[in-house]
Amino acid sequence: MEHLDSLENRSIHLLREAYSCIPNLAMLWSIGKDSTALLHLTRKAFLGHVPFPLVHIDTNYKIPEMTAYRDRLARQWKLTMIVGRNDAALAQKQTFPDGAVDRIACCRLLKTQALRDTLSGQGVRLKLDHATGKYEPDPGREPYTGIIAGIRADEEGSRSKERYFSPRDQQNRWDLGDQPPEFWDQYKTDFAPGTHVRIHPLLDWREVDVWEYIDRERIPTVSLYYDQGAGKRYRSLGCYPCTLPVESMARTPGEIVAELRTGKFKDIAERSGRAQDQEDRGTLEELRRDGYM
Amino acid sequence: MGTNTGRERLRVVLAGHVDHGKTSLVGRLLADTGSLPQGKLEQVRAFCERNARPFEYAFLVDALRDEQSQGITIDFARIFFKTAARDYLLFDAPGHVEFLKSMVSGAAHASAALLVVDAEEGVRENTRRHGWMLSLLGIRHIAVVINKMDRVGYAEGRFLELSAAVSDFLKELGLAPAGVIPVCAREGDNIASRSGRMPWYDGATVVETLDHFPAEPPTEALPLRLPVQDVYRFTGLGDQRRIVAGTIASGTLRVGDEIVFYPSGKTSRVATLEGFPAPPGDAATAGQAVGFTLAEQVYVRRGELAVKRSEPPPKASARLRASVFWLGHAPLEQEKEYILKLGTARVAARLEAVHRVIDTSTLQPLEAKGRVGRHEAAECTFALRAAIACDRAEDNVLTGRFVIVEGTDIRGGGLVLEALEDPSSGQRAKVILRNIKWQKGLVSREQRESRFNQKAALVMISGSDDALRKSAARALESELYRQGRLVYFMGIGSLLYGVDADIRGTAENHEEDIRRLAEVAHILLDSGLILVATASELSQADWDMIRTAVEPERAVAVWVGRGGTVATDLQPDLLVAAPGAGDAVTRVIALLQSKAILPR
Repeated sequence: MEHLDSLENRSIHLLREAYSCIPNLAMLWSIGKDSTALLHLTRKAFLGHVPFPLVHIDTNYKIPEMTAYRDRLARQWKLTMIVGRNDAALAQKQTFPDGAVDRIACCRLLKTQALRDTLSGQGVRLKLDHATGKYEPDPGREPYTGIIAGIRADEEGSRSKERYFSPRDQQNRWDLGDQPPEFWDQYKTDFAPGTHVRIHPLLDWREVDVWEYIDRERIPTVSLYYDQGAGKRYRSLGCYPCTLPVESMARTPGEIVAELRTGKFKDIAERSGRAQDQEDRGTLEELRRDGYM
Repeated sequence: MGTNTGRERLRVVLAGHVDHGKTSLVGRLLADTGSLPQGKLEQVRAFCERNARPFEYAFLVDALRDEQSQGITIDFARIFFKTAARDYLLFDAPGHVEFLKSMVSGAAHASAALLVVDAEEGVRENTRRHGWMLSLLGIRHIAVVINKMDRVGYAEGRFLELSAAVSDFLKELGLAPAGVIPVCAREGDNIASRSGRMPWYDGATVVETLDHFPAEPPTEALPLRLPVQDVYRFTGLGDQRRIVAGTIASGTLRVGDEIVFYPSGKTSRVATLEGFPAPPGDAATAGQAVGFTLAEQVYVRRGELAVKRSEPPPKASARLRASVFWLGHAPLEQEKEYILKLGTARVAARLEAVHRVIDTSTLQPLEAKGRVGRHEAAECTFALRAAIACDRAEDNVLTGRFVIVEGTDIRGGGLVLEALEDPSSGQRAKVILRNIKWQKGLVSREQRESRFNQKAALVMISGSDDALRKSAARALESELYRQGRLVYFMGIGSLLYGVDADIRGTAENHEEDIRRLAEVAHILLDSGLILVATASELSQADWDMIRTAVEPERAVAVWVGRGGTVATDLQPDLLVAAPGAGDAVTRVIALLQSKAILPR
């Protein structure tokens, strides 16, 4: 089997296992290329349907094109769209762009904390009303017991250690030294109350695999990934104060694949434009132990 | 399009004792094949300098803080790497015995292995344990890497001695290494290029050996095995399809194929293969995650195994003899209840017997003591709460292996050696044949149920007191009828003089009486009815037999009797202790509602 096909089949299998075994499931959609490819895989797995809500953790510092693109696709594909946010930190201006905290503390508040509260149902959950096109508070407060996320093992060290089904404790913490065994297509699908599981269907994909797949499947992706004429594009998307574009003239997924295979990014790590990864060795590991994606 | 598109990707695990240099070997492989991102090597060297530590290739791979500070691999990592010939996904497994469950997880994803042995230390406890694990996991393509040859002065004599020792114990495990390679990972000898320091060695380098491992063998040639993951009916956007979903473990699936679902024996034909955005064509093969619709609607659910009627059938049994390994801190014991997961099936299981136990660090037999300790291997028999479909591992490993869950965690795994007879085997064989031969009408049970606004179900009322039992059953029938349900009361006595006339009255025929009761119940359920049946003092074996004949999730057992105890070994869904008939009726209706048989 061709390797993109075998990656695709495995991801679909994992998505279906999650759907059948985990009662209150949701999928994180960061609007980036990986989770958008994952959304496409979900529609394949469920024959055109997306049978769980999509959750976007909005830091309010996302690049504006991202939100517009999110809402366009959500309406077009009739998605159950939930947005979570740490309103308290934003109101008190406890952010890096406000100069109050460093990058890592900012990630912790606007992403990790917002994610934790959205999952548990204690924080803000805004739901897209397809009739009005507006986001309204979601009356549903049930904690999500399973969260599908589009992380990949090749992104950074701690992600290379992940499981397909990766448990988190009551505080969302990840116990890296004591991960469950996972073999013969059997995953950890039983949980103590209050805990949840992260499901990682893209673990075996590399960056270039994702782009080849986007190209092959004609998956619509946000325009920020492509050079619009200024000789710059984003390789990895995050918050604008901490994510820098790279110099590149690639205008299509095909051109990005070429750039990764043989061109200027052949041997350059993907997250080199992400400032929070550079601050200290092991920082992302710390963030992830604490519940970050 | 890039030049590497469509290249196969081989999955390889690194195994061996702690500190024998698995991770250093991986680091060196990455560095010497140009698989590292730009600046990574320099970054790690600078980090080591700043922290006054000698540089180690292992730091390129051990990403966790604890791993770097302790110089030990804690959990397996997925590492992507490429040679001129193909792409690889390496699983660098930890060699410390504490992390055996992590090693198993890494190794189980691989189709080939490098077993790393320290030239100085030789074969150690986890060399043997990992070797044994590779053999049990079915990994046939193995090469041995004798590392740290610098420590033994690159001496050929030591290499030959070790090479013989490793090959010997692998042979005991039924494994023949594709090669034994003397290397020094730190210096790069015989990793990607041949070493000048060991002129006596003219075999392949590590990279050459990897490139010669054959690709993963296709399983298309085996009979179709498709564990049902789920049955989808997404009506949200006006979609009327009912789609059976699953990943083909082996064989091929084609439109028009006659399919039998095991262990129920239900049959139908593949009407369409479904796909998104477009249907995938008329056939699918092993490894594909598929969705298909059936020509005649039958009730199937997650856990059943779809096979072709024209191919060899799988086993269906509630007793398995298996070869198991145990990873839990607490031993695998006969007193506890576990969950066994095989394919998509999931069933409560008990350890019935332990036949023999092996110490995986010495590969020597241990005294069998009725339980299996941590990191031990054993041959055991499991008794399952309900039958599952499987194959013997030697016939089809993909449907012949399972895991054992204790509480909420996977604690062990096993290979099916044999599906044994269980008390319901005879009955099950009859039921499977009956289902395969069943004459279907044009109106399905589902259509009837939809018209009747109920689900067909069997309420089996048992107890010691004849009058209590029957009055409860009749009251239940009346109440359900009053509520507009299609319901029917049937005492086992109604069968004894008619259906059972030929076998009436002898104790040996009790089993046949029960079987016939169950078959009559099956017919009535197929017609969409709710059947309230009574029989005195049912045993659990009787009830298992009945649940073999009807769909178990549509059958509830109720014990009615004074005193609040069950006089037999039956484990009823409901025990009505202080029977006014009204109390029994209310509680049974609540039970049926909780099982979604009746609407709330």
